[in-house]
Amino acid sequence: MTIADTTTAAADTTADTAAGGATGTGAPALHFAGVRKRFRDGTVALTDTDLTIRPGEFVSIVGPSGCGKSTLLRIASGLDEATDGTVEVASTNVGYVFQDATLLPWRNVRDNVRLFAELEHLDSAERGRRVADAISLVGLTGFEKHLPHELSGGMRMRTSLARSLVLDPSIFLFDEPFGALDEITRERLNDELLRMFILRRFAALFITHSVAEAVFLSTRVVVMSGRPGRVKADLAVPFDYPRSPQLRYSAEFAALCGEVSQHLRSES
Amino acid sequence: MSVTVPSAAETDEAGKVAATTPVTGAALPRTRSRWRGAGLVSFVLLPGAVFAVFIGVWYAVSDGVLNDQQRFMLPPPHEVVRIGFLDWSNFKTMMSALRLTCEVTFSGLAISIVIGVAVAVAMSQARWIENSLYPWAVVIQTVPILALTPVLSFFFGFALTSRIIVCVIIAFFPIVSNTLFGLQSVDRGMHELFSLHHPSRLTRLWKLQLPAALPSMFTGFRNAAGLSVIGAIVGEFFFKQGEPGLGTNLSVFTSRLEGERLWATTLTASLLGVAVFVFFGWLARRVVGRWYQPKRG
Repeated sequence: MTIADTTTAAADTTADTAAGGATGTGAPALHFAGVRKRFRDGTVALTDTDLTIRPGEFVSIVGPSGCGKSTLLRIASGLDEATDGTVEVASTNVGYVFQDATLLPWRNVRDNVRLFAELEHLDSAERGRRVADAISLVGLTGFEKHLPHELSGGMRMRTSLARSLVLDPSIFLFDEPFGALDEITRERLNDELLRMFILRRFAALFITHSVAEAVFLSTRVVVMSGRPGRVKADLAVPFDYPRSPQLRYSAEFAALCGEVSQHLRSES
Repeated sequence: MSVTVPSAAETDEAGKVAATTPVTGAALPRTRSRWRGAGLVSFVLLPGAVFAVFIGVWYAVSDGVLNDQQRFMLPPPHEVVRIGFLDWSNFKTMMSALRLTCEVTFSGLAISIVIGVAVAVAMSQARWIENSLYPWAVVIQTVPILALTPVLSFFFGFALTSRIIVCVIIAFFPIVSNTLFGLQSVDRGMHELFSLHHPSRLTRLWKLQLPAALPSMFTGFRNAAGLSVIGAIVGEFFFKQGEPGLGTNLSVFTSRLEGERLWATTLTASLLGVAVFVFFGWLARRVVGRWYQPKRG
């Protein structure tokens, strides 16, 4: 518990300096306090989880498989409920990108991107404009008529991103969205995700297994312990946005990745 | 298919794009040409060979096994063709019977589809509805039609209406079971995708469950289509009032020992079944084949 307390305090101070002034004052975008999740079968996925994400922050969570990272997102999005503790979500406009692109196979790219706009009953002129914007933002212009099975994994993920971008969410939840992609596609999508982050200024909570991905994207990296999961370390990432792809090869970057990995390994 | 590479997706994604698109582009014609080559063997020659064996066995039984008094049971194929199909007045009778059987088949099938889909949708909406209705859908399928004929004739007479009802009873079940299966096997991730935006039941049904269920619905329709021909024939066999259909004629020719016309009618009925089955296969490919590729992932 002491670790959690100090790291949260550290995060509060670093958050302001980290992302070039764009981040974090005011009410948190997302706040978990003492969250615990126990499933019906008795497994405890999360325990005593405290985490605060301020507007404009990009927070990544790394941790061993089964440590409740996804559960945290599911709770934040309302797909699941916490057994104990409080969860505050500042906005109802929350984007959620799943591990799978989860596109409707009978809808082409444009119609898939339009789905959330339809479900939220945006009027059709507004819808058309936003859909076109989102498609061009993820670089899928020219592919509007393609069906999901005609796309590569990376393009399916772009479609999935665009589908959420249409609603211009102020909070974005990412559940290991690029985990199934090859390294090159993944890095490119990371670059583009940061471009969208700078452009749209959402608060992001991003789950990944890749330490490098976490460090490259985030203002803060949160390390979680194995099951039952809780926050074990909370590290500020001091690099300014926009971040160039070359950042990945710098010594500071490697050092920070090393530090995160150490926290990951330090567990029994 | 023209491919424009998006500006944001440069080298690697473009490589992906370039690698992916030609593959799908080329895979289609290649699959088709392979189909044509293999199609000649597997869809024409092989069934053709079986047909030849079948005709051979038919002749053997008709000429070799049966004596002259028995031959009416299985007259030789050329006699079936000559008397059953090439005799103009016989052919005309058969065509008018075929028209009527088609009427019963298609009305029965249409009614089955409407009721079947409606029942399956209702079942998909609540477990208690499914639990209360499903056993009875099974019972309807298994009840011997023969036992229902007196009741049906009492309420609906001996003509068209009763024939259609028999057809519906026989064709209805595969539509219910396949539609329900399709509605219930929608991917959980897709359901959650919708849940994030709290859609109404109707929206979820219309935008997610029904489109996702279409492939299995068409499987159901196709099976039901084959069954609806059988249903129409059985219905006509029992309910003979009014214009004769193929089933009526089967019964008449049997009692008159007109083997040639009996077999010609039987063949026609089978062909009708095949035609409806093939039509629904084609329709399914037209509607869902664009996005649904079984075995291709």
